[in-house]
Amino acid sequence: MSIWEYANPKKFITTTERVIPALWVASAICIVVGLIWGFFFTGDEVRQGATVKIIYLHVPSAMLAINIWVMMLATSLVWLIRRHHVSALAARAAAPVGMVMTLIALVTGAIWGQPTWGTWWVWDPRLTSFLILFLFYLGYMALWEAIEDADTAADLTSFLCLVGSVFALLSRYAVNFWNQGLHQGASIMRTAAVTGTDTEEKVNNIYFYPLMLCIVGFVLLFLALLFYRTGTEIRSRRIKALLARERVMA
Amino acid sequence: MIALLMRDLRLAMRAGGGFGLGLAFFLIVTVMVPLSVGPQAALLGSIAPGVLWLGALLACLLSLDRLLALDWEDGSLDLLATAPLPLEATVSIKALAHWITTGLPLVLAAPVLGVLLNLPVPGFKWVLVSLLLGTPALSVIGTFGAALTVGLKRGGLLMSLLVMPLYMPTLIFGAEVARRGAISMEVQTPLLMLAGISAASIALLPFASAAVLRINLR
Repeated sequence: MSIWEYANPKKFITTTERVIPALWVASAICIVVGLIWGFFFTGDEVRQGATVKIIYLHVPSAMLAINIWVMMLATSLVWLIRRHHVSALAARAAAPVGMVMTLIALVTGAIWGQPTWGTWWVWDPRLTSFLILFLFYLGYMALWEAIEDADTAADLTSFLCLVGSVFALLSRYAVNFWNQGLHQGASIMRTAAVTGTDTEEKVNNIYFYPLMLCIVGFVLLFLALLFYRTGTEIRSRRIKALLARERVMA
Repeated sequence: MIALLMRDLRLAMRAGGGFGLGLAFFLIVTVMVPLSVGPQAALLGSIAPGVLWLGALLACLLSLDRLLALDWEDGSLDLLATAPLPLEATVSIKALAHWITTGLPLVLAAPVLGVLLNLPVPGFKWVLVSLLLGTPALSVIGTFGAALTVGLKRGGLLMSLLVMPLYMPTLIFGAEVARRGAISMEVQTPLLMLAGISAASIALLPFASAAVLRINLR
């Protein structure tokens, strides 16, 4: 039993098809419960008031936006090294989800920023690097669409993902340097908070639990979408192969 | 290698001027800026370093589709790929030829255009230095983008979309050097970062470009 078994498209589809319904249900439960809990059963924050509650959408989508790119990097590497088609198709299937997550993070951030910072947009490092990440997703997807031959497209996008990751990381540090930030630091997990040396605030527990639930829900949602979309990609690839074969026969 | 470089340089000079076009574009962008934001000297002076960097970057970007596409179309790229010279060296030479015909003229023209934009006096030196350090990176990164899209019919727009995000770190540090230099601030940190990006790009990206080109040529 190894993970490489799922590199077989057939095995991948039969297995994921069994878990996809469970994933949909579980993610729906997590997100619905998390949001209802977060919106109606936690009090307003002292300084931010009710605006704090956008955290339940903003933080999970932002986490996923970054992690989906990392996942694409991993699957691209697997494709380049081991030539498993499922891996390349998974990267392709994940990209639009990642782009939408980036967009959600940007939009919810803007909606939160308006009453809190008094502006929809500032050229803060975090905001800027998310916008850059969004552009990377766009370019990656555009390259997939532009190339006809499937294997060439997989190869080229994988290289773009590799090189893009390095430059995305560079951009992250570059924008950090370029402008001082307005965005607060990450405040969900702090090692310093555990050791008791932290002087900054951590997200309060009453917000923490529903937030965790939302994050779990978003991750499950992503997995469901990923499996579903990868299955679709595999099938459309298969249809193309069948059609090509028919044309040869005829 | 030198023969290839000379060939590329000669081709760029003769075939409709890679030289001229990039420079002319740079000039036009620079002239358009005062026309669009107004002629106030103080405003122009403060945005001049950024405008010069952006203009140079765009001029560089526009000339990229000629970099490999012409050789692709007439088949000489296939010959170069089968030649004893490793493809990594070939793309490096191509990038160098692109820099000599596009990057270097832009660097030299920048101070002249700086006069038009009322660039503060200490800025001239730093605009020159930052462009000199940054444009090689632009050429090398651009070669990667050109290699990615070489097989496509209308790759130009797509290539811009792919290359622009990759240009961002170079632009940020390069323009920062020029901006700080223009207001006589300390420039060492962004300058070192810019030089680092250039050096790393020149050293590593030809491998990626060659790998991508091999995929496109198979």
